[in-house]
Amino acid sequence: MNEFDYHAPDRIDEALAMLADNHEAKALAGGMTLIPTMKQRLAAPSDLVDLGGIRELIGICEDADRIVVGAMTTHASVAESSLIQRDLPALAALAHGIGHAQVRHRGTLGGSIANNDPAADYPAALLALEAVVKTDRREIPAAAFFTGMFETALADDELVVAVTFPRCRDAAYAKFPNPASKYAMAGVFVVRDRGEVRVAVTGAAACVFRHEALERALQRRFEPVAIEHVDIDSTEFNEDLHASAAYRGQLVRVMAMRAVEQIQTRD
Amino acid sequence: MKKPIRLEVNGVTHDAQVEPRQLLGEFLREHLSLTGTHIGCDTSQCGACVVHLDGVSVKSCTMFAIQAHGRSVTTIEGLTPAGELHPMQAAFREHHGLQCGFCTPGMIMSAVDLLRVNPTPDERDIREWLAGNLCRCTGYQNIIKAVDAAASEMRSATS
Repeated sequence: MNEFDYHAPDRIDEALAMLADNHEAKALAGGMTLIPTMKQRLAAPSDLVDLGGIRELIGICEDADRIVVGAMTTHASVAESSLIQRDLPALAALAHGIGHAQVRHRGTLGGSIANNDPAADYPAALLALEAVVKTDRREIPAAAFFTGMFETALADDELVVAVTFPRCRDAAYAKFPNPASKYAMAGVFVVRDRGEVRVAVTGAAACVFRHEALERALQRRFEPVAIEHVDIDSTEFNEDLHASAAYRGQLVRVMAMRAVEQIQTRD
Repeated sequence: MKKPIRLEVNGVTHDAQVEPRQLLGEFLREHLSLTGTHIGCDTSQCGACVVHLDGVSVKSCTMFAIQAHGRSVTTIEGLTPAGELHPMQAAFREHHGLQCGFCTPGMIMSAVDLLRVNPTPDERDIREWLAGNLCRCTGYQNIIKAVDAAASEMRSATS
């Protein structure tokens, strides 16, 4: 690994000043992606600004009818939160399924979404739930936040502060995990919000996306069989040694059916 | 450039100068000679390097030693006083939960952390929790048996 200097600010403004001063510096959240990337010398920042000591970035709270999760809240904390288990159980279940225990103890919500890995779990939840990403300077709706493969709307020196989620019991996430990494080979987050159905897909393409054909079919009839024959266009899907594009297309359908079934059995 | 850190390892406070890029696992092995923590894959996958940070299991190959500044680390050596076996270690011996033994320190540190979160795990819980620990001897059956036995043993000890 290349040498770097290390900083551990206590406050968001200190971290922002460090990042603004030095364009070769990088923010360090849980490090579950950045540290392995640095070991391979695919990243070689001159400085790391560790966000782990900034208390205001950690925690889960209620804000009227919303749930606010701090950027440095770990996956384990989200999974174990009684508030999230009660009012947004699909998110607790999603967090419990990320990686393995040691990844969940270090990895964070903010780190996951800022990295926007095409196979990460959280982006699907944010997009389907219409969550809002609060940064140090603005609020970005999830639909405008995830812009491409490992790309987001964040500026280089902009930090995620928190994510605001609606309370929603009519939601479920189903994924087909890669057996080694537990990343989603295809993951589908389904939300039934009053009359509207939203379906977000991760792991299948370069970036998380809403699947309109599945949404239309489920809006007409909210049952697994309603999407059994919906056309899943897999021409732009990822192909690798784990799965062909066509296979990922089939996984998207099956995961969507499983998520719908989970919501129905919760009714 | 080296920076000063102070951390507690197995109940003892250490002051050291570390390069920021030094990983916690390297620091434990090379600076403190605590070689019970094994570095297997060095890519966050195998789990041989699992230690506890403030009582919670982490992979010591995937954090920097400097991030443990001001915190408390427990390694396999610190699980019990010297010369004694933790019930989890005793169960691994009793149930033949190790073959070559390379993955064992990480398996045990991970399994002890499982019982913190869930003192009554069933077989599925144990298998899911140990997803981040690989045994290349493929000795999983007896590892699961050992963790299950240790859980029963520790429950009966506290009840």
